[in-house]
Amino acid sequence: MDFLQFMMTNRQQVLELTLEHITLAGVATLFAALVGIPLGILITRVPQLGKPVLGGANIIQTIPSLALFGFLLPAPWIGARAGRLAILALALYALLPLIRNTYAGIRGVDPSIVEAGRAMGLTDRQLLFQVELPLASGVIVAGVRIATVLSIGLATIAAAIGAGGLGEFIFRGLAMVNNQVILAGAIPAALLALLADFLLGQLERRLGSLRLKS
Amino acid sequence: MTTAPSDAPAIEFDHASFRLNRRPLLEDLVLTVNQGETVVLLGRSGSGKTTTLKLINRLLEPTAGDVRVNGRRTAEWDPIRLRRSIGYVIQDGGLFPHFTVERNIALVPQIENWPQPRVEARVRELLALVGLDEDLAKRYPSQLSGGQRQRVGVARALAADPPILLLDEAFGALDPITRSEMQKEFRDLQRRMRKAVIFVTHDLREAVLLADRIALMEEGHLVVDLPVAEFSRSTNPLVRAYIEAFSGLPDMN
Repeated sequence: MDFLQFMMTNRQQVLELTLEHITLAGVATLFAALVGIPLGILITRVPQLGKPVLGGANIIQTIPSLALFGFLLPAPWIGARAGRLAILALALYALLPLIRNTYAGIRGVDPSIVEAGRAMGLTDRQLLFQVELPLASGVIVAGVRIATVLSIGLATIAAAIGAGGLGEFIFRGLAMVNNQVILAGAIPAALLALLADFLLGQLERRLGSLRLKS
Repeated sequence: MTTAPSDAPAIEFDHASFRLNRRPLLEDLVLTVNQGETVVLLGRSGSGKTTTLKLINRLLEPTAGDVRVNGRRTAEWDPIRLRRSIGYVIQDGGLFPHFTVERNIALVPQIENWPQPRVEARVRELLALVGLDEDLAKRYPSQLSGGQRQRVGVARALAADPPILLLDEAFGALDPITRSEMQKEFRDLQRRMRKAVIFVTHDLREAVLLADRIALMEEGHLVVDLPVAEFSRSTNPLVRAYIEAFSGLPDMN
């Protein structure tokens, strides 16, 4: 357990990198949600856009992560600030689960309930905000959970382009061939992911029980 | 919600047809429902009864002919206004599972921006009208029995006092005793309220109990449209077949 010793000695840096890591993953997931959830809603309204949108997000996901970070470097305003680049790349990766879960969540709402709502004279907006989104919220939060855990994992690569985060330790440890250093990065990152998964899982369960009330 | 008195029938089908991907679900329907009348659409699955209902609240639009509500073609109505002046009850209620009973019932009044005290009073009034205890108001649909859910569904449809009511196999999922109770209560309600009601069912007994007129449908066509008493005397082969299938009925007059 030497890595614990290492972490104690360098706890200032561990904390700093952890906070950086949380920021990278957190901001990226937030941006992805701000774009992805509305996109998911959009394709339930305009089915023709479904294929291109989901297809596009899928293609982004298949690009190897290190390569994506590499692609984006040349972009003029991005390249300068590694942090921004990292956040953009992470946000792109987080898009697919968010779009897909939002879409699936809304489509998964019992169609007879939606039809009853429409038959009673709810406008499309009222249907969306009062019926579909609340009933889809469990699945949408599951998408947020997946996106968050994904981002926390991928954010370790951010260090490769100098954006900080716990990946710093991992890469440094790899270069130094020092396991303690590697673990000092990997273990907190893993714990972060588990924590996020647990907390968001709790939220998801609570929201999902709304749907089970039917 | 009151409608200005008009000479036009509440609902009028003027040679209305509906096709879906070239499949005719409804062909050349001519049918009139006046304010105060209860017309039962009787028929098997696939007979076009539900399609007919959905043409009234513009969930569907006719591919040929016209459907008029209060004298105006459904296509000319603002769909939101049209639907808010029509109560719609489906099998199993279609209640929102994430709303309490009172929030479900209050739905249309709330989106119509009634003042809150009026909404609350109306909810209490309706709970009493459909025979539900006031302390069920804060429960969720999943905590109610099927019969209770159906009553909430009816209360919800009546909330804004629409002049027209559409019911699609509304009592179909209930056990026979509850079903019978609901039918009788509904009939009493209708006698008091005099709305224009279209009730869809495949059960002849229910039709006879609730209808002023029975419109028998088969494969998208209207076969007969007769007052209840004449229906039982009709010599139409399909009518006879129906009566046969439900033989053992007490006297239908």
